[in-house]
Amino acid sequence: MNINRRTLLALALATGMSAPAFAVAQAESIKIGLLATFEGAFTVLGEDSERGALTAVDEFGGKVAGNDIEIVKGSSDASPDSAVRAARKLVEQDGVKVLIGPLSGDEGIAVKDYAKTQPDVTFLNGSSAAQDTTLRDPAENFFRFSTDGAQWMAGLGDYAFNEKGYQKVATVAEDYSFPYTQVFGFMAEFCKAGGTVPSKSWVPIGNKDYSSVIAAIPDDVDAIYVALGGADAVNFLSQYNDAGGQAPLIGGSITVDQTVLTAKGRMRDVLIGTPAAGPTADTNDAEAWTEFSAAYKKQDGAFPSPSLFAHAYYINMKAALLALDEVGGDLSDGGKKFREALSNLEFETPTGKVSLDENRNAIADMFLTEVSEADDGTLVNKLIKVTPQVNQTLGIPKDEFLALGAVSRENPSCP
Amino acid sequence: MTDVTLDPAVRRRQSRNWLEKAGIGHILLAFFLLIYPAMASDFFLTQIGGYSLVLGMIALSLMLLAGYGGMVSLAQITVAGAAGYVVAIFGENNSGVYGFGWPWWIYGPLAIMIASLMSAVIGWIAVRTEGIYTIMITLAVATACFYFAQQNYALFNGFPGYNGLRAPDAFGLNWRDPVPFYYLCLANAVVAYVAVLYGARSTFGLTLQAVRDNQRRMRAIGFNVTAHKVFAWWLAGLIAGAAGILLVWFNGRISPGTIAVGPSINILVIAIIGGLRHPIGPFLGAVIVVLMQTFAIDIVGAERFNTLIGLVFLVIVFISPDGILGLWERFKPQEGRDSWRSFKKAPNTDGNQGRNA
Repeated sequence: MNINRRTLLALALATGMSAPAFAVAQAESIKIGLLATFEGAFTVLGEDSERGALTAVDEFGGKVAGNDIEIVKGSSDASPDSAVRAARKLVEQDGVKVLIGPLSGDEGIAVKDYAKTQPDVTFLNGSSAAQDTTLRDPAENFFRFSTDGAQWMAGLGDYAFNEKGYQKVATVAEDYSFPYTQVFGFMAEFCKAGGTVPSKSWVPIGNKDYSSVIAAIPDDVDAIYVALGGADAVNFLSQYNDAGGQAPLIGGSITVDQTVLTAKGRMRDVLIGTPAAGPTADTNDAEAWTEFSAAYKKQDGAFPSPSLFAHAYYINMKAALLALDEVGGDLSDGGKKFREALSNLEFETPTGKVSLDENRNAIADMFLTEVSEADDGTLVNKLIKVTPQVNQTLGIPKDEFLALGAVSRENPSCP
Repeated sequence: MTDVTLDPAVRRRQSRNWLEKAGIGHILLAFFLLIYPAMASDFFLTQIGGYSLVLGMIALSLMLLAGYGGMVSLAQITVAGAAGYVVAIFGENNSGVYGFGWPWWIYGPLAIMIASLMSAVIGWIAVRTEGIYTIMITLAVATACFYFAQQNYALFNGFPGYNGLRAPDAFGLNWRDPVPFYYLCLANAVVAYVAVLYGARSTFGLTLQAVRDNQRRMRAIGFNVTAHKVFAWWLAGLIAGAAGILLVWFNGRISPGTIAVGPSINILVIAIIGGLRHPIGPFLGAVIVVLMQTFAIDIVGAERFNTLIGLVFLVIVFISPDGILGLWERFKPQEGRDSWRSFKKAPNTDGNQGRNA
């Protein structure tokens, strides 16, 4: 008995030690690392981003340039530390030469910094959308075929001021780099059009009690710009509704997505008519989008419509595969040719043409939407307008744009 | 702090025994750790080896408090994080906030000092309580520090924290290169390990264990119980602080995520998995936990790997409430019993040296 147990223990340990060997064993295929949040608060989003990436792999039949594609997954919990740790494991232990990810804003900045120490590995963004991942101090080997959070806001500030007639708007957003970027994108247009933003509230991720935030919103604002995600958005909206809030809303890119629109509660009336903008739109009836949507739905556990995370991972994975195809799967020169191909890549996505600027950040079409009630009573984001080919500097000359300063709590400001 | 129990003859016998016992187990282990870089890849050297040693040191500071002092703390990662933030603020960072660029031989000791003082303050608050209340109050401190760091931009730079922290180039080596970093971690871990091993048998260590076993009696004898406990917290802070510096050099960054509740529970898990009865326990636990957290995703895939990690931990604790050390106790060969847990037979000779268990 004693011996048996000891053998068992040794066996268990040995299994643990040899597990990494399995991953190294298959040498002929092309290994692509997939880094997403498979744990923590953003797990659902991470799983959907995996569906998006696999949709692109399936589109290529699981092969690129005659080689099998092997996906090696890494998991983070949305904290920058865990993202870098997972990226290190994929690169240094599993030996991937191409890595897709990560999902969340500050993770992207951390992985970009790590990318600088691994010049032979090519990093493609997942869905992380902080501005400074590519704008300031970029890494030569980090590419973002999905766009950033300020680009996603294209058209919204103008629409709010000119069409909706809002003059004064208060903002409520989570306190990290992605919402900063979103608020920046919204205010860039809104302030330029003549609007003012007298009050900005920043709340920690996972905040439950918004009463103090709601109380701090000035009474005389015409609307509230809300850039919160998932449960935070639901909590804020229902508490705002309960507090008798009357001001109409303006949404960030992940504020009024399907996870919020399908939530139960008395938020319906508040939500209908809320304009928002982002890289995708639910009711986009362009053929390319409906085809993508149909292909996406073949994945296990797919949502009724691909989330913007699935969309971003799909685009980046597809870009990687197209460029790999172009170089015949040849990464033997430390990926130089492959990165060259990526830099010059221009392709049609389900949401229009995508190309890169000199910082390797995408230029793409953006969608302005408004929450409306569909015939069957569900809430959907109705497509209002497409803003074509938005670049990272939102059409402002680059040096002027850089002079606006890095996004933060205080920047921009137009009280 | 008087030597009330050990007459010189007993002490001589003890030390001779200790030398003999230090023999086989420790020498083999030291030999393995020294030649480890020769057989490990860079990844296994830093991401597994270095990281385990760093986490092991933080868990060792918890083991010191919990094993010898009976005070389970959930704030050890907070103390390590304090040292990390000092490094970020006074050393160099590329987040554009602070980063005074002081040399490492100033900010290093400063970081350890601030961390140990913070530990002493936490301890001073916590020693008023006992048992589960100590856990609660340290958890409260850890959580408060996490939220404060996350929302304070003036000092902690909020959610993103500090980026681009680099280990120094000193003595012609970049200390973040795999081999130097591994040996740096190893040297620190060995110093901490030996210090705890030695400290546990010192007058102070014995007193602390006596306080753990019967606080009221020690107070009646005339010991200043609070001072002893707070001093133990301060010592634990030294170890956690040193580990905190290594941790930020390892990660190259620090953010509130580093000191969140998850990581602080992680340290407790490491200590429990390893075993709280000997200073080697936290390091064993750290190796197991780091290996599991790194490779579980390769075994069962992305959806359920945390379940596997949880199950393994559950099995270890289920089979042996004493963690890996307890397992070793049960399965190890009968001869050489004394080499690992030298104080196991201590209760028979001295009465107050080991746990009552």
